[in-house]
Parts: sequence; structure tokens; C-alpha cells
Amino acid sequence: MDLSQYFTSSDIAGITPEIILTLTALVVLTLEMARVFRPGIILLVAASGLVLAGTALVQGGNDDKILFGGMLYLNTFSMFFDFLYLFVGLLTLIFSQGYLEKMGSETRGEYPALILFAVIGMMLMTRANDLVMVFLGLELLSLSLYVLVGFLRHNLLSNESGLKYLLLGAFATGFFLFGAALTFGATGTTNFSGIASAIAAGTVLSEIYLYLGIGFLLIGFAFKVALAPFHMWSPDVYQGAPTTVTGFLCTAPKAAGFGAMLKVFMIAFPEAFPEWQDIFWVLAVLTMTVGNISALVQSNVKRMLAFSSVSHAGYLVMGILVKDIAGVSAVLFYLIVYSAMNLGAFAIISLAEKDEQSLTFKQFRGLASQNPLLSGALAIFMVSLAGFPPTAGFIAKYGLFSAAIAKGYIWLVVIAVLNTVVSFYYYFRIIVNMYMRDEKVGLQPSTGLLTAGILALLIAIVFILGITPGYLLEITVDVATAVS
Amino acid sequence: MDLLGFIIILVKVLVVFAATMLTVLVMIYLERRVSAFMQGRLGPNRVGPQGLLQPIADGIKFMMKEDIVPAGADKPIFILAPAILLIPALMTFAVIPFGSDITLFGRQIPLQVADVNVGILYVLALTSIGVYGIVLAGWSSNSKYSLLGGLRSSAQLISYELAMGLAVVSIILLSGSLKLNDIVADQQGYLFSWNVFKQPLAFIIFLVAVYAETNRLPFDLSEAEQELVGGYHTEYSSIKFAMFFMAEYANMITAAALTVTLFFGGWDFPLVDESSLGILGTVLSVCSFILKMGFFLFLFIWVRWTFPRFRYDQLMKLGWKVMLPLALFNIFITAGYLTVRALV
Amino acid sequence: MPLSLLFYFAALIAVGSAILVVLNRNAVYSAIFLVLCFFSLAMIYLLLEAYFLAVLEIFIYAGAIMVLFLFVVMLLNLGREKALPHFMKFQRALSLMLVILFFFGVSLIMVVGSGELHQPTIKFSSGSVYALGEALFTKFLLPFEVASLLLLVALIGTVYLAKRKI
Repeated sequence: MDLSQYFTSSDIAGITPEIILTLTALVVLTLEMARVFRPGIILLVAASGLVLAGTALVQGGNDDKILFGGMLYLNTFSMFFDFLYLFVGLLTLIFSQGYLEKMGSETRGEYPALILFAVIGMMLMTRANDLVMVFLGLELLSLSLYVLVGFLRHNLLSNESGLKYLLLGAFATGFFLFGAALTFGATGTTNFSGIASAIAAGTVLSEIYLYLGIGFLLIGFAFKVALAPFHMWSPDVYQGAPTTVTGFLCTAPKAAGFGAMLKVFMIAFPEAFPEWQDIFWVLAVLTMTVGNISALVQSNVKRMLAFSSVSHAGYLVMGILVKDIAGVSAVLFYLIVYSAMNLGAFAIISLAEKDEQSLTFKQFRGLASQNPLLSGALAIFMVSLAGFPPTAGFIAKYGLFSAAIAKGYIWLVVIAVLNTVVSFYYYFRIIVNMYMRDEKVGLQPSTGLLTAGILALLIAIVFILGITPGYLLEITVDVATAVS
Repeated sequence: MDLLGFIIILVKVLVVFAATMLTVLVMIYLERRVSAFMQGRLGPNRVGPQGLLQPIADGIKFMMKEDIVPAGADKPIFILAPAILLIPALMTFAVIPFGSDITLFGRQIPLQVADVNVGILYVLALTSIGVYGIVLAGWSSNSKYSLLGGLRSSAQLISYELAMGLAVVSIILLSGSLKLNDIVADQQGYLFSWNVFKQPLAFIIFLVAVYAETNRLPFDLSEAEQELVGGYHTEYSSIKFAMFFMAEYANMITAAALTVTLFFGGWDFPLVDESSLGILGTVLSVCSFILKMGFFLFLFIWVRWTFPRFRYDQLMKLGWKVMLPLALFNIFITAGYLTVRALV
Repeated sequence: MPLSLLFYFAALIAVGSAILVVLNRNAVYSAIFLVLCFFSLAMIYLLLEAYFLAVLEIFIYAGAIMVLFLFVVMLLNLGREKALPHFMKFQRALSLMLVILFFFGVSLIMVVGSGELHQPTIKFSSGSVYALGEALFTKFLLPFEVASLLLLVALIGTVYLAKRKI
């Protein structure tokens, strides 16, 4: 039998980063089993695997490739996301160093291994060119996250959030699968380009099934990236998870969800799109408003950040709604900036935490006098999350809003700006607590040199992208052109 | 389907069913006689010549006894459980070929109730359904002993099903088919074409797993009488208890027939081409099948009165740490051999 | 057409037993109805002439996975589920209404829009095992391999979270 029509050596070469990551994860697990190396070394091995995968990615080049008979479609778009995942994964590993021990759980090989598996899942999600692959990537990611969220085995909150995430995530998976099945029933294929050409050629067997399928797929995605009203899981999960995992959870997987969503809706369903605009409009407004209003009343910082991340997802939906080059490039830019800000914020919170209870606003009182550098860094991330110039948060929001205005969504942007104004309250609340309330019993965060360096890097990113966003914007426009 | 074909199938179903039930009776009798023989006793010898009618007397006694449903038992499931165990046990034999094709009324009739093209999987699937009978019987009785027996047996069955399935995989690799007919046809010819000579390791694994699957000594932990009174059927009486009994023996018969089919050439009589001998060949093949099956049924009894029972942790260790890796190793070797053969 | 009657019979049992799985207050009964549901699904597979899938459905889901479920349920020795607290009454009524609305809405849309749906391209009747195996190792090679990663992660997670001492 001739297998070359299904896969050749170039197909295998295309998934080198995934192969490297898988092998690293297996090595990490084996090292853990052997129990001869210190946890730090295991983390180092995992981190070097991520770096190696990055080099393999660069080596692979950025020309368009269709692999495994249409299962994967590699282009600059997928590459952009691949680098984002690798970067976030690497930073999460660095920040995790020492955190798990502090929370009463020994750092174990399973932790870096699961992060590596999550990265593989995300890479497959945005590289996918077939609903089957999106589903498998999504599941690989979700399964790793369920375990990571519940990773503090002796912490009830962590257990609870892991279980909640698993149950609701499984529910969302059901929706996604049902949607994929209906789409297959209507078009006879799960391949993105096949679906698109079936829709374009008018050979769809049942229009109603197709719309129902798209609807279910959308619900599945909405669950995974926490769009209102499918966001209910996120505050509990974000609060209960180990803080470093929360930082990971609200950045890379969210980016992966939006990336896969963009790809599905732009490549597979471009023709069916106009009918879905109203739904996206409603989703965007609902998500940002619900997220912001709920964040106002939180007393727990991690919960607040969870709702804030819901509202950010609402802004991002605007970009999908706009869907032209400006919109997509704004989404990509936003995802980078958003990841940098959130990773930094959660890293600082993880440093400040001292026991199993997660922090409330009150506990941040007087942190500025205790540790001015860290407080300054946290303040910068908060200002950027709020979207003030000259930080990158401002440019990111500006890009999204201007893209929406250009398409004539004036009311949407008005609502979004109002929401942004509301969000100032809770972002500044933490700064006020740190700087303007004095209390002696503060937290005593300590930072290693490496962590401090990474935090400095993130701050630099926030400022550089805030002052001279041109370089990254060029890239995102290029990438956006590749999918449009 | 024409009328004649329908009648033929009906006859085959009835014959197989009757033969199975008859063998169950014979087995019950033999078990007691052989065990007595092995222990230097006489065994039942009063009812009929040599005690041959003893099983029938037992059957009548079972039917006359009072049927007890314990207080606190879950009644619907308590009643359903013996049936769940017995029905799959009786259904399994349907796919096993027990003789070469016979020509009657001008048409060729295969001696097999149904030629399912996933035959071996059908057997494995039905065996795995039987577990429910045991587990549910244990649970619904509302008794500690029953529950423990049910739990033990479910864990045991699942553990050994894996090893058994993997042992069968290597046979499937050799024959290239899931049809039991093809597997038998693959072993035709001279004596050493039987799978037991090609796959000795698979045979040993399969045989051990079969003893665990049928809950027989040395793996009868689900009814270990010293610890659990009677295990999952402690609370059962009358005809329901008899159904458990029948199911156990029916399972043994199927297991013996399957062992013969998979490893000992099925109905094949070595060095003879049955299809060229006409009706004589068919008779020869059926006799050969019954003889081989009889040996394995005897082996069941023989083993029972020879080996002591395993401890539960030994049982699990054997299943997961010895049988499973060995079965995987065997598949690996077999697949490697087939690959090399295909390349050369 | 007797075959389509058989299909409706199997489908009715599948849906009915699935509903009973959810509604039953006794976890053991739920598990048993789920097994019944798997059997009716296997029957539908048989009607589609996918014998291999039908047997696998029984072998793997009914024969292995559900036995483990039952095993765990029995070990936990769950009694009858206690009624939810009083204050949840409104939510329960509302959620029930929404579920019914959603179910009938979706079913209605699907019945209306069923039209002429896509027919499978692989005919499973002859050598279904070969066809399935070939598809898995050619067209679906990558998904097949990724599925193995998925199972590995599930395994790691289960052992990590559930083992008492690691």
C-alpha cells in the first residue's frame, strides 16, 4: 500500500516541536520516577525542552504547509501562537519554581510534564485544519489543566476547583463534539477547507444542521474561553488553582481558544458568518459587562482577576466580530499584551501568598513600604490591565476599539469604553491598598534573582509595546493577512 | 430466508442448547465423582446406576425448595442477577464451530449456530457482560459476604480479561481474522499447525485467565467459602441458586470449547482432511471436538482438587505484573515475527 | 420496513434509558440503565452493519468501563440521594424548564432540518475491521497518535490525584 499520500517525512518534520515536547515530558516523568534529581533540575529539563521546541519551530520556517492530508495547516498564524504558548509555558515553569513547596506540595515531575502536554494541546489547536484535531488538542489541553488546577492534593479549594473544572469542562466538550458531529452531518467533512468549499458550493445537505452545529461549536468555545453566560466556572477555578497555574490558565489557553475560534470561523465558516454577527455582538457586550460588574464586588484578588479576565475576553470577542485584518491583528496584539500583564500580576501574587488561603485586597495593605519594587511592578501591571497610556494595555484596547469603529460598531465601542471606565475601580483598588493604607502586618514576599529578572522583562514588554508598538503591530498585521 | 434454512437454524440452536444443558448435568455429576475419586471416597452412587441420576434429583430438589428473598434486598435486581449471568453464558456457544460442514438435503450446513465475522470479540464481549450478574447479585443481596464476593470477582474478571484479550490478540495476528471459522481453518493440516505449538505462551496465559474468568480454583476468591460463606450467591436459594450453578458450568463449557477452538485446532482431527470424507468426516470432526473439550473440562476438575486457592493480593499481582506484561511481550514477538516474515 | 422499526425500538430504549440514568435517585440503577443504553446503541450499530463497533461498544463500555463504575458506586455505598435544600426549589424548577425547552427546541429543529443527510462513505459491512484499521493508520494517523497522548495525560492525572501515597 502506498502510504505517501497520507504522510511523508516532511509531515513528521512539521510536527517536530510537538515530538520534542512529548519526548521532554516523558523524560521529565522518568526523571521523577527515578528520584535521583532535585526538583529544580526537572524544571530545568522541561524548560530546555520548551526552548528546544522553539528552535525547532524557527528551523521549520514560516511557509504555509498542509500536513497529514489536511489535518494540520501550518502558517504564520499558527507559528505566532506557537511562540506565545512556548513563551508562556517557559515563564510559568520559572515562576513555579519554589511556589509549590511553599503551598505545601513538593514540586513533582508531573507538574512540568502536564504543562508541556498542555502546550502540545494548544499548539495542535491552532495548527489544526480539521475539527477532529481541534477537538483532540482542546481535550489534551483541558485534561492537563484539570489536573494542574487540582494539583495541590491536600488543599480542599484546589480539589474543589479541579473537580468543578472537570465537570463543566466535560459538559462543554459534549457541546463541542455535538457541534462537530452536526457540522459533519451537514457538510460531509470535518476538514476546514472542505467545510468552507461545501458551503461555498452550496452542497450543504441541511442548512439547519449546519447552523445548529456552528452554534454548538460556539458554545463549546465560549465555555473554554469563559464568555458570559458560560463563564460561571472561571472564578472558582481561578481562585482554587495554584496561583502559577491560574496565571498559565488565563493566558495561554485563552489565547489558544481564541486562536482556534478565529481559525474555525474564518477558514471553515466564512460564508456562514453574517448571520452570526448579532450573536457575537451580544456575547461581547454580555461578557465584558458581566465580567466587570462582578469584579467590582470581589474581595479576593484572584477572583477579581478571574472576572477581569472574563471582561477582557469580552473585548477580544469584538475583534472576532470585526474579523477584518485590523480586527484580527488587534486580537493578536491584545493577546500578547494581555498574556504579559496577567502572567506578571499572577506571578507577583504567587510570590506574596504565604499559605493555603488566597489573598484578599485587605492583605495588600502596606505592601508598598514592605517591598516597594514588587508593589511598583504590580501597580504597573494593574495600570496596564486598566488600559492607561503609556502602557501596552492602552494600545491594545485602542487597536480593538478603533477596528470596531472602522466597521461601524459605534454602540459596541461606547459600551466597551464605559466598561473600561468601570474597571478602573477594581484595578486601582489594589494600588490604593498597597500605597495609601498603612498597616504593619503586611505580606513578606521574597523574590529570586531569576524571577525578578523575568518580571523586569515583562514590565519592559508592557512599556515598550506601550510606547513603540510599531514592531509588533507589523508582525500581527502580517499574521492577520495570512488568515484573512 | 427460506423455510428449510430457518428450520435448520432452529434445529442447530436447539441441539446446541440441549447439548450444553446436558453437559452441565454431566459436569455436575463428574465433578462430584472425580473429586471423590481423587480423595479416595465414593461420591454419589445411590441414585440410578453409579449415581448417574444424581444431577436430576438435585435439580428437582432445587425446584421444590422455598425461594427466599432476604429482607432489605433490592428485589428487582436480586431476581434479575442470576438471569444476567446465565443468559450470556448460554449465548456464547453460538459462534463456536463444533464440526466440519455437513451436506444434508442438498445444501452445505456449517456446524455452528451463527458465523459472526467478529466471532472472537463476540465471545469476549458476552463474557464481560456476565460480570454484571455476579456484581449485581452481590450488591442486591444486602449482605456483607455477598458484596465482598461481588467486588472481588468484578476486580478479578477485569484484571484477567485484559491478559486473556491480549493472549487472543496474538492468535488473531496469526490467523488474520476475528472469525472463529478462519481461526480453525488456519490450524488445519498436520499436528504442529495447531496454535498451541505456535503460541505456547499465549496458551498458558489464556488457560490461566480462563480459570480466573470462570471463578474456578485456584482463583475462586469470589466464593471462597472459608472467608465469605458462599460469596456472591450466599443469599440465594432454590432455582435462582441453581441458575448460578448452571451459569458457572455453562461458562466452563464455553471456556473449554474456546480453548480448543483457539489453540487445539477446533474440530480438526490431525492429519485427516475431514471435508473429503463426507458425512464420516463430519462425525470424526465432531467426535474430535468433543474429546478435546472433554479433556479441558476434566482439567477444570483436576485443577480444582489439586491446587490451593490464591490469596487476593497474589491474584492481583499475578494478573497485572506477570500475565499482562507476558501477554504484551508475546504480542510484540508475534508482530515482530510477522513483520520480518513479510519483509523476507 | 422492519429494520427501521428495529431502529426506532433501539432508539426509544436508548433515549428512555438515558433519561432514567439521570432521573434515578439510586446510583446503582443509574449505572444499570446506562448499560442498557449502551446495549441499545450497540443495536443501532448492528443495524448500520458496523458489527465491529457494536461489539466494541459492549466489550469496552458495557463490559469494562461500566463495571468499574458499578464497582466504585458499590464501594462508596451511596444511599438514596438526599433531596436538595429547600431554597434550591426555584432554581430546580427553572433549570428543568430550560432543559426541557432546550431539548425539545433542538429536537424540533433537527427533525425539521433533517432533509437528506450525508451518507457514510465507508461501507462497514465487509471486513469492517480492516476498513477501520486502515483508516486509523492512514487518514487518521495523527489524531490516532494524539489520542494516545490524551490517554497518557489522563493516566498521569488519575494516578497523581487519586493515589494515596506517591
